[in-house]
Amino acid sequence: MLAEIEHPDPGPTRLAVGGPVAADGPRSVDGRVLRVPAVDAVGLEERAAALGGRSVKREAKLGALSLLIRCIDLTTLEGADTPGRVQGMCAKARRPEPADRTVPPVAAVCVYPSLVPVAREALVGSGVKVASVAGAFPSGQSELSVRLADISSAVAAGADEIDIVLNRGAFLAGDHRRAFDEVVLAREACGPAHLKVILETGELGTYDQVRKASTLAMAAGADFIKTSTGKVPSAATLPMALCMAEAIRDFADQTGRQVGLKAAGGVRTAKQGWQYLVVIQEVLGPAWLTPDLFRVGASGLLNDVLLQLRFQASGHYARPDDVSTD
Amino acid sequence: MTAGRLPVRKTYKLFVGGAFPRSESGRSYPVRSADGEQVLAWVAQGSRKDLRDAVRAARGAQAGWAGRTAYNRGQVLYRVAEVLEGRAAQLAAEVAAAGAADPEGEVATAIDRWVWYAGWADKVQMVAGTRNPVAGPFWNVSAPEATGVVGVVAPEVPSLLGLVTRLAPALAAGNAVVALSSERWPLAAATLGEVLATSDVPAGVVNVVSGRTAELLPWLAGHRDVDALDLTGAPIGLWADAARAAAPSTKRVVPPALDDRWLDDDEQSPADVLATMEIKTVWHPAGT
Repeated sequence: MLAEIEHPDPGPTRLAVGGPVAADGPRSVDGRVLRVPAVDAVGLEERAAALGGRSVKREAKLGALSLLIRCIDLTTLEGADTPGRVQGMCAKARRPEPADRTVPPVAAVCVYPSLVPVAREALVGSGVKVASVAGAFPSGQSELSVRLADISSAVAAGADEIDIVLNRGAFLAGDHRRAFDEVVLAREACGPAHLKVILETGELGTYDQVRKASTLAMAAGADFIKTSTGKVPSAATLPMALCMAEAIRDFADQTGRQVGLKAAGGVRTAKQGWQYLVVIQEVLGPAWLTPDLFRVGASGLLNDVLLQLRFQASGHYARPDDVSTD
Repeated sequence: MTAGRLPVRKTYKLFVGGAFPRSESGRSYPVRSADGEQVLAWVAQGSRKDLRDAVRAARGAQAGWAGRTAYNRGQVLYRVAEVLEGRAAQLAAEVAAAGAADPEGEVATAIDRWVWYAGWADKVQMVAGTRNPVAGPFWNVSAPEATGVVGVVAPEVPSLLGLVTRLAPALAAGNAVVALSSERWPLAAATLGEVLATSDVPAGVVNVVSGRTAELLPWLAGHRDVDALDLTGAPIGLWADAARAAAPSTKRVVPPALDDRWLDDDEQSPADVLATMEIKTVWHPAGT
């Protein structure tokens, strides 16, 4: 009873899921099994703590700060978002440090679908991408047709990247098949846009579940897997990101396809930011240290990185009030 | 049972954000008795990163502290004096170990001074505020407001009274404080931190960092998020460099004291509360 699903990537690989994924993970059609190994939680947390404690100094720190800026999805996802606020954020995305041209622009801005046209217009010619959450973000608890229409309209409005949530309701109920199929359909609805699938690790409970959800989302065609929505209290943690990075590494080994990782929610300081860079470097290697394969979604992180850069340049601790908020 | 008992000695640590961390640097330094014969304790030797953390904690706490009613600030400060009174014997012992001639007297003066400044919390604005005569149809008023985050350098001696004399007025004004305690005699300042932690002063409003003044002061003075720097207790040799480092961020700088009459009643004045306040003036159209 293998149900075949056309893999949306242009490549020749065709992926499918067979049987209850919970038992042995998604399968590929050509007989290879995408393994979902059990996660050693103690070992994982130890390793994350060891990597997080690594010292990043001087030139390496400056490089990390610059790379972090280039990988940021500058985000505002509030009910109170206005066109003016999004325009302000876009101006900051283009030139995060107005007084210093060497500070690069961020990777993307991330807004709600209704504000995509505003962001699109404000970012013309900047190279900064427009990302939009869609698909009944942040819960995903709407009719599938509604969610798909949400995605399509965001793409039509000009979004380059779409962040959707995994159907945790289905996934946690054991209906992996439905969760998988919905991601596939979302991938189709995205058309040319990149698809990031949010696992909301804080709601999945265990590393095993996170690992399984990661593999499921990647097999279903996600271009990125993302830790959290930022809308629940337990957001991105380093061990969760490490767990997902290992899933990405194994997926790349087995299928040859490189899937990106996006950390989001709770990443507020530059130090947290480079801890993620260390994890990526050690698990996935330097190939993943680009905005094409690593992102960090945040609103406050950019300011902390800018303050760090000012400290490095001036030798004095900076004042948080000296950089703009909103 | 108590005859051969080993005493449980206190680890003297920093006071940052309402907690008592060791220095992130892992360093500590010995504090010796006045005659140099005996090591009284090993005390956490703060680093610039501890100072940075302290400033962050102070910044986070300052608006809430200044936003309380002046009357409530006065009550909280009075509460500190109450708790200090209960710790008088311990503080006197620590001050005595620092070679003070009259330890009990110094502690008593410190407590009395604290109460005196507690009383000023809800009076300074009335005394220093003014309604200004202006040549126009405006109602023009000036009133002092807290400057923000204040760095206080405590004098070497008196180790408790010196810190209290500069700390209490800054708090009464509504500032949050990052204090560098006496380098040679930081024990009483550390105990004062314990008093503050247990007397309704919100976490982060007072932070006490012990360590080498010459190492830490340049970082405190240069920190852009510190709004005022009270150098009253600073070694005279560090004054010029500290003032220079404070200039780019336009800090209010209180110069070092040129005398050491800390015990005198002259050393307490509402002017010391105003020393870490800014005058805000409001022009309002006069209606008819």
